[in-house]
Amino acid sequence: MSFEMFLQHCFNALTLGSLYALIAIGYTMVYGILRLINFAHGDILMVGAYFIFFGTFAFGWPWGVAAIISIAAAGVLGVLIDRVAYRPLRDAPRISALISAIAMSFFIESVAVVVFTGQPRPVLQPEWLTNAWQIGNLRITHLAAFVPGMTIVLVCILLYIVYKTRPGLAMRAISKDIETTRLLGVRVDNIIALTFGLGSALAAAAGIMWALRYPQVHPYMGVMPGLKAFIAAVFGGIGSIEGAVLGGLALGFVEIMAVAFMPELSGYRDAFAFLLLVLVLLVKPTGLLGERMEEKI
Amino acid sequence: MKIGKLSVVLMTLALFMGVNSVQAATDTAAGSKEPIKIGVYLPLTGQNAFGGQLELEGVRLAHQEMPEVLGRPVELVVVDNKSDKVEAANAVKRLIERDKVCAFIGTYGSSLAMAGAEIGEKAAVPGVGTSCTNPLVTQGKKYYFRACFIDPYQGLAAATYAKENLGMKKAAVLMDMTNDYAVGLSSFFTRAFKKLGGEVVANLKYSSGDQDFTAQLTELIAKNPDIVFMPAYFAEGAIIMKQAKELGAKFRLMGADAMDNPDTVKLGGNAVEGFMHTTFPYDPQMPNMSAEAKRFTEAWKKAYPNKDTNVNGALGYNCYFLILDAIKRANSAEPKAIAKALAETVELPTALGKLSINETHDAEMPVGIIEYKDGKRVYVGEVTPK
Repeated sequence: MSFEMFLQHCFNALTLGSLYALIAIGYTMVYGILRLINFAHGDILMVGAYFIFFGTFAFGWPWGVAAIISIAAAGVLGVLIDRVAYRPLRDAPRISALISAIAMSFFIESVAVVVFTGQPRPVLQPEWLTNAWQIGNLRITHLAAFVPGMTIVLVCILLYIVYKTRPGLAMRAISKDIETTRLLGVRVDNIIALTFGLGSALAAAAGIMWALRYPQVHPYMGVMPGLKAFIAAVFGGIGSIEGAVLGGLALGFVEIMAVAFMPELSGYRDAFAFLLLVLVLLVKPTGLLGERMEEKI
Repeated sequence: MKIGKLSVVLMTLALFMGVNSVQAATDTAAGSKEPIKIGVYLPLTGQNAFGGQLELEGVRLAHQEMPEVLGRPVELVVVDNKSDKVEAANAVKRLIERDKVCAFIGTYGSSLAMAGAEIGEKAAVPGVGTSCTNPLVTQGKKYYFRACFIDPYQGLAAATYAKENLGMKKAAVLMDMTNDYAVGLSSFFTRAFKKLGGEVVANLKYSSGDQDFTAQLTELIAKNPDIVFMPAYFAEGAIIMKQAKELGAKFRLMGADAMDNPDTVKLGGNAVEGFMHTTFPYDPQMPNMSAEAKRFTEAWKKAYPNKDTNVNGALGYNCYFLILDAIKRANSAEPKAIAKALAETVELPTALGKLSINETHDAEMPVGIIEYKDGKRVYVGEVTPK
């Protein structure tokens, strides 16, 4: 393999990995705070992608405007889902909330099939993103660079919120001990709603990036990315934002490099990704950057 | 067991009714010019109704054009198989046992065809499928044929077109390895391209649902083929085209009839430019239209002025003529004689080009080639696979 080709693969992997990372941080944030795997995350990604499709294609809004509205709308949707599907189950066993999350995922998909129809639709890619830099045989589209850039920006914003603001402090407190936090006068339900809002906004942001990179929307587009990102989050240590980024990038690189180094086995790239996950979990059950959680009795 | 008794009563009742209706049918049939009965079983309701209706319209057109054979009138007996496997089997059973057809036409849909073919096989009555393209449909069947080519046959056509017509020397394959259709077409393509003296430089795979093809495409670009054969469905095909363009690929992409969808252009945008795919050899705008295709087109426009001419209609139309041709050559309306003559069909001129039935009872005919030029789907011609 030539060096140029290797670099090309690296860029492809970086773009794919950043997308996984972006989706994974939403997963991991909700899990870190609530210990709930929000299976509807991938479907919120889909809804976000549909919002951008309608915003740009049907209403003709400029990209930036459509993106902001889409992210905000998905945030509201996240809060709504929490209110309807998760909040009534806050004191129920954790497994009940998990089942509720799975139900929510199917519900959103089914509604999307009814409302948007099952037909895939094209997403308009802005010209400035599809142009490419050509360096020798190496070709990098602006989009391939834009996606990792946006991931870095969004991760920084999220880290800032979680570690430097008062609501972030409350979120971290809830993740340690929800009852004590409540006793200390924190409005736990509001903070949790905020968490879902943020997580869903991140999912929508990822959905927009995904729709730009793979320019189609359909009601089941969130399923595979959601699953992969979940794996990335577990791989990096679920609950850890840095771990999710690392896990997402690692997954992207494994998938692409599996094809690059073993083209005959290219159809099995997912299998390699899962194999790596199993190996990592065997050695380090909490994931790369995960902390051991002590169950309080 | 109440239910057991009830079902016995019902079955006996049904038996009597069946016997009665058979007698009624033979009574009316008795005459100096006994009609030759040809059954038609198609999905006229249910999820496949759209295709089934078009094919029935094609069959009716052909019947109007040639309403008699061997000096006897031909009578069509139409049964709806309701897009359901059980109904399909019942429909064929009814056609054979009650209506005593000498042959039957249908159906649209491979699973429906398999259910019907099984019944025809047991009764030794020949059937001709309209558009059931799964290779398994005619496998091991002595009495079931089809008027369409099987899916993988398009792989041969694509290879022939790329090698002979476009003069391409290096090809590669990119396929969904979890999909029978894609795997079958790819293996036929690879075999044919090599046989014609070409070189297949890479065989890259992906799984259903994948959306990222950058790794596979980067590998393909490095191997520098002239053409990449990609028998994908239109949605993922459009993504592959777009990613190939983004990565600056210089090879051409070619697909098969799963790409033949108006959405290919919508989803692919300007990346469809120069893309090609195989399809059935009929298009209202086709250059050098044969006399039979012209006759079909004109008859269709006259009979159904509000409906576009289409391949399904042509397939139904062809089925009827295929059976009539066999009856003529056999000089008999005996099911076994018709089956024998059907198997010996060679280069019958039809609305879809010269049609032969091969040893696996599948139709062999030219394959249409579509190319996208200036964002439009253009029927560029046919190729006869080698």
